[in-house]
Amino acid sequence: MDGSAPEGKTGTVNRPHGAHRKMTEAHAVTEAHAHAAPTGFIRKYIFSLDHKVIGIQYYFLALVAVFVGMFLSLLMRIHLVYPGVNLPLVGEIKPETYLTLLTMHGTIMVFFVLTTAPQSGFGNYFLPIQIGAPDMAFPVLNMLSFWTTFLSFMVMLAAFFVEGGAPLSGWTQYPPLSAIPSAGPGQGLGMDLWIISIALFCGASLMGALNFITTVLDMRAKGMTMMRMPLTCWAWFVTAILALLAFGVLLAGGILLLLDRNAGTSFFVPGGLVVNGQLIKHQGGSPLLWQHLFWFFGHPEVYIAILPGMGVASQLLSTFSRKPIFGYKAMVYAIMAIGGLGFLVWGHHMFMSGMDPRSAFAFSVMTMAIGVPSAIKTFNWLGTIWRGRVRFATPMLFAVGFVSLFVSGGLSGPFLAQPQLDNYLHDTYYVVAHFHLIMGVAAIFGIFAGTYYWFPKMFGRMMNTTLGQAHFWFTFIGTYAIFMPMHYLGMAGHPRRYAQLDVVQFLHPLIPVQKFITYAAFITIAAQFLFVFNFFWSMWKGKKAEINPWEATTLEWTVPSPPPHDNFDGKTPVVHHGPYEYSVPGAAKDYTMQTEEAAVPAH
Amino acid sequence: MATLNPSLVEERLHSGGGAPPHAQDGGEGGRPDFSFGDRLRRNRIGMAVALAPVAMVFVAFTSAYIVRQGLGEDWRAMELPQILWINTLILVASSFTLELARRGLTRQAALAQVPSVPGVAPVEASSAPWLPITLVLGLGFLAGQWMAWGQLARQGIFISSNPSNSFFYLLTGAHALHLAGGLLALAYAAATAALAHAWERRRMVVDVTSWYWHFMAVLWIYIFALLQFAK
Repeated sequence: MDGSAPEGKTGTVNRPHGAHRKMTEAHAVTEAHAHAAPTGFIRKYIFSLDHKVIGIQYYFLALVAVFVGMFLSLLMRIHLVYPGVNLPLVGEIKPETYLTLLTMHGTIMVFFVLTTAPQSGFGNYFLPIQIGAPDMAFPVLNMLSFWTTFLSFMVMLAAFFVEGGAPLSGWTQYPPLSAIPSAGPGQGLGMDLWIISIALFCGASLMGALNFITTVLDMRAKGMTMMRMPLTCWAWFVTAILALLAFGVLLAGGILLLLDRNAGTSFFVPGGLVVNGQLIKHQGGSPLLWQHLFWFFGHPEVYIAILPGMGVASQLLSTFSRKPIFGYKAMVYAIMAIGGLGFLVWGHHMFMSGMDPRSAFAFSVMTMAIGVPSAIKTFNWLGTIWRGRVRFATPMLFAVGFVSLFVSGGLSGPFLAQPQLDNYLHDTYYVVAHFHLIMGVAAIFGIFAGTYYWFPKMFGRMMNTTLGQAHFWFTFIGTYAIFMPMHYLGMAGHPRRYAQLDVVQFLHPLIPVQKFITYAAFITIAAQFLFVFNFFWSMWKGKKAEINPWEATTLEWTVPSPPPHDNFDGKTPVVHHGPYEYSVPGAAKDYTMQTEEAAVPAH
Repeated sequence: MATLNPSLVEERLHSGGGAPPHAQDGGEGGRPDFSFGDRLRRNRIGMAVALAPVAMVFVAFTSAYIVRQGLGEDWRAMELPQILWINTLILVASSFTLELARRGLTRQAALAQVPSVPGVAPVEASSAPWLPITLVLGLGFLAGQWMAWGQLARQGIFISSNPSNSFFYLLTGAHALHLAGGLLALAYAAATAALAHAWERRRMVVDVTSWYWHFMAVLWIYIFALLQFAK
């Protein structure tokens, strides 16, 4: 190797891991690759270029966001069953406040939690390590992407504090309600801030997606072929492609909406509207146009939220069943099929908006076709566990919980995919139950599974098992108790987005069910503090983690916990196996690391 | 750190095109470094990927254009300013000059690989200053678009006058904004010409930006055709 010894030396001196310092002196030549980690607090923890720090930043952003979102849902649940109550800080919740809570709960959860944690959080941290790269392809862009997301979140929160407050037109922001500032409190500056925040978020997501795709295509270590990548990496890769193609369309829609609101154009606003006694000047626009643009983004967005969870579930079910994943290739093609079909089904969100029956039929068929790759994945997961020597560690519980919720939430999909049934169910709690189970809670279980699984690698300590198991059972039973009865409410015709149930006569018999749901929500939300406590307590006081506590095979388990600054200490790993070589006949251990040379014949 | 190590410079000149990753230029918060060839390939992939969402934004605008146009009687076809034809020529010309600049830099890079013999001045490839010419042409295009908007405004045609006008301003504006981004990158590359030994970075920026720039030229022709033929 060539010299630039001075730089290599600085690298050695500044490396925080004592054990490696000893090693690096012996291998001063290979050390030329490795470089110093930044030592200043700001470069190390705030404006860091290290994908691991950025991943953790994303994770904590999502952690804050999920508590904000959960708090908003708590307020909604309280208001539904105690409509007149005067809450500290919040006061009495008026119907328009309820709609604001609903809008911001959806927005914050979808964008800043479900899009942020599984993809940007875990993806950033583990994608480069799992493919054997020292960092993401474009570290500066990566940092920029996080800080744009952060700015976007701040702008979104700012909407609460401006005159009129946050918007109330739902996270889908259908015009004309979202396009006309005088349409309600929160539809003024709050709504503009919402659009600006989402536009920033689009930009950040596009930067992130571009980085993920380039990293996967260009940064894989020697021997790490595409078909040797862990399924987590496949999921992050396909998710990045979805984000790349979907967020641009949302951005375009947002620009049009902003122009309608502020520049007097009429893309989405039809003529002849009278709002608050005032005739609106716009004319000729189409609210349906927004719905098409929005859902062209919105449906892939559902998969952006859930695919990383599928990747984590696949990874964990194989690891903890001590068996290779059942049908690796089928899993990869199923991820691609779900991603591809995801772009062809947006119309099923719009059956209610009025649509040519032939289009509705086409969207309906395409939607049900997604059942095929989804079923392939589900059966392969079951096939993976089948006759495995299953270790029910906390991450495994959440992975199994993910499969359970994915099935429960997914089965209502084919019902909603039929236009005739959807006409009845669409504006009821049935849809609320469906998307919360499959997109919300299943994805959250994916995040939890990932957290319990990778925590030892990220922070060098184990999370507490007892607390973890308690957290699992409360959350698992709790979420079913919250969302299963909502199917029943929906079938009984309970409309969603209604703020004041006590004044609607035909809903009175259903109020006991709503009460039950609220109590279940109290318990489930309380149980999340077990997780937070476990998380922060384990960060400082948890049992020290070994390099490979779960006896897993992928590359992140070959490096110290937490991994050094450039992941592999300047030595590029060479990969010899696929990611799921468990219980290989004739091998000494029941797992074969991807980097091990002999043991079994290479695949 | 600030002093220039001559042997390091030479190392740098030798590195390029397909060499294994090696340590050089150790800034950027201590991330490991890759050879010029590696980085060029990576940046090209990144740029190719980045063009996809740009295309998607304009695909979305196009679909909105077609849908909105088909909606009602309020759509009035607009007469496009004649200056757009000249602007189109300027932009296409800039695409050619940028390509010449890119090839010139590649040639220069190849010459820089030749180890300099003591006492012999390094051979400078003499070529026209294509990069500054491209910059001027790019600015010319933007100025031309500005004039087109001004012309319309003097006729009382604004963004809210008619949906066809809204789309005109939207599409040309969004394109101009994207082009301005490319222009900034090229200006940066041109500025590095003033610094010694920066040909690597200049070549990188020009190479990757030229992909973007050609895409912008094609995108403009598409927008122009859409506005012209789908009135």
